[in-house]
Amino acid sequence: MTGHSTYVPKSALARWFESRLPIMGLVHSSFIAYPTPKNLNYWWTFGGIASFMLAAQIVTGVVLAMHYTPEVTMAFDSVEKIMRDVNFGWLMRYAHANGASMFFVAVYIHIFRSLYYGSYKAPREVLWILGVIIFLLMMATAFMGYVLPWGQMSFWGAKVITSLFSAIPFVGDAITIWLWGGYSVDNPTLNRFYSLHYLLPFMIAGVVVLHVWALHVSGQNNPTGVEVKSVPKDTVPFTPYATVKDAFGMVCFFILFAWFVFYVPGILGDADNYIRANPLVTPAHIVPEWYFLPFYAILRAIPSKLGGVIAMFSSIAIFLFLPWLDTSRVRSARYRPVFKIFFWVFVATGIGLGYLGSQPPEGGFVIAARILTAYYFLHLLVIIPLLGLFERPRPLPASIADSVLASRASVGARVAAE
Amino acid sequence: MPLLKSAGLSAAAIFGGVLITATVLAQQPPHAPANEVNSDGHNDPVPPRQAWSFAGPFGKFDQAQLQRGFKIYREVCSNCHSMELVAFRNLADPGGPGFSEGQVKALAADYKVKDGPNESGEMFERPGRPSDHIPWNFPNDNAARAANGGALPPDMSVLAKARGFSRGFPWFIIDAFIQYQEKGADYIVGILNGYKDPPPPSVQLQPGQYYNEYMPGHRLAMPKPLNDGQVDYPDGTPTTVQQYSKDIAAFLSWTAEPKLEERKRTGLRVMVFLILFAGLLYYTKKKVWAEVVH
Repeated sequence: MTGHSTYVPKSALARWFESRLPIMGLVHSSFIAYPTPKNLNYWWTFGGIASFMLAAQIVTGVVLAMHYTPEVTMAFDSVEKIMRDVNFGWLMRYAHANGASMFFVAVYIHIFRSLYYGSYKAPREVLWILGVIIFLLMMATAFMGYVLPWGQMSFWGAKVITSLFSAIPFVGDAITIWLWGGYSVDNPTLNRFYSLHYLLPFMIAGVVVLHVWALHVSGQNNPTGVEVKSVPKDTVPFTPYATVKDAFGMVCFFILFAWFVFYVPGILGDADNYIRANPLVTPAHIVPEWYFLPFYAILRAIPSKLGGVIAMFSSIAIFLFLPWLDTSRVRSARYRPVFKIFFWVFVATGIGLGYLGSQPPEGGFVIAARILTAYYFLHLLVIIPLLGLFERPRPLPASIADSVLASRASVGARVAAE
Repeated sequence: MPLLKSAGLSAAAIFGGVLITATVLAQQPPHAPANEVNSDGHNDPVPPRQAWSFAGPFGKFDQAQLQRGFKIYREVCSNCHSMELVAFRNLADPGGPGFSEGQVKALAADYKVKDGPNESGEMFERPGRPSDHIPWNFPNDNAARAANGGALPPDMSVLAKARGFSRGFPWFIIDAFIQYQEKGADYIVGILNGYKDPPPPSVQLQPGQYYNEYMPGHRLAMPKPLNDGQVDYPDGTPTTVQQYSKDIAAFLSWTAEPKLEERKRTGLRVMVFLILFAGLLYYTKKKVWAEVVH
């Protein structure tokens, strides 16, 4: 869809540069002339929002790294020093801690938008798989970042999650000791987590470049799920149309972000993490950050440790195969009446698992978590493949332009009728 | 530019409405949520919500209250609890108790601080300076344990952020939007007022344990630290446990979050800017897309 660049350098210097490194042409074709379907709704602004959050995390993170000390006896105090003695340190630290949550909010919306409108289907499978890889890298990064303040939940969260690897048969214990750099979570663990926490975001940025590249090869999906038939009729140039719309969506998202940073900066965190890490005192409830809770619920729902670890990892890995599990040729849920219902049930399942992940693994909570875990896999492995075979989709519009005109006409008719 | 003006006005009205609602809700202790059943199957009562001057989007610490709270810390709490992260100079910082630099200097000089080694290799004691952190009564954790029946009194610097309680679903979502972030302070007030002697017959206490209504599990190694009339208030504020507990909880909220006022002040500016900017972008977007059928 990108085709040849239509960029025309305006000055002699720009012409000279463009014939040597056509980077301005690349920017022009990707962010200015790039044809974007004209019927995109605001759910499509979350890709841009997520990219911004990545950039914001890197910027605030680099500043925090200038003041942080990755050493078990000093880490907690160095974070408090940032909060107390560094100019605007409180802002950097709260923006980074809440920024992680906001990054996950944006990415979860971005993922569910993709699920609803079938954006993962051909020809966008590679684009989708790159997205799943970004999500996995984000989870690893966020987990290691949470360990750095070296509070109680940092330490015990690290202990619980790294101990999962000990469930691997035969080599599990050896792998866990290798990961820890010793016989327990200790200074070497903190050091390597810090190193990797600094490294992984740049790997995410690299995969994001591939993700955007793949996007610009296949073009964006749209709410009808019907491919662009005619560039002049179905699309508008990225700038100014998508640019200004994305900018508006982004600033609205910043309002939510600012609300958390300035008014309730601690509400998403755990009070226990303001207690220094103590290997001798186990907190009453070890709970991960909210964005891990559904997966934590799946982990604890399975009675065997190894089984729980496998279920948890496969609950994400399964998404790598989604383009082939979904047998329906129709992309958008708009034209899939039964899928639409199952989609919302799946969303409710995810939220339900999240709630159960925050509760102690006892009694009714465990039973509920088992039922929802079973349904989670049933949805992806059975319902989605069968729906494509049995569901009768609604007729698709001939093109994006047709669908836009039809919805305009129906609005017009309604107005006329009133 | 009537369009932009109305955009700005409507955005400001919406933001103003949200702020007022949040302020009102933040000041007003709502009805207590249903008691939750903890993991042992017992009911852990939720500490009652207090009205705090520093709650809500325009919250500010009450200087006189912080000064009273510091007096309680100094005369009572500091006998056992440390305050590692707070330096004397912080007591004169903006957004804090508002002591003058002279007062801080005199105050610091009242303390003995261990320093050294000097030129002859000896450690020595000298009067405190404003840059010193508030020293602890005990040389190390074990000394504190030995003097407190084996229990280590926790450091108080970030205690107000290190304590909390669950209000359950759906409050953990609602609390983010009504800006209820003072659970630590409410918990501290709850603990200081939650001692019961004798304890209810269902609770068996070991020697050195005290019954407390709001402590998870109800067993606490700290004896009731504050009693009516224990600390003098020269300004005529009532010398009751209820008043003491609110004053020390406010002071500990400040030591845990010394930049709270700066944060909320900055937040207001950021919010006003973002909402006006969003309004401008909304109308720009509308204008740009006006010609496109979409």
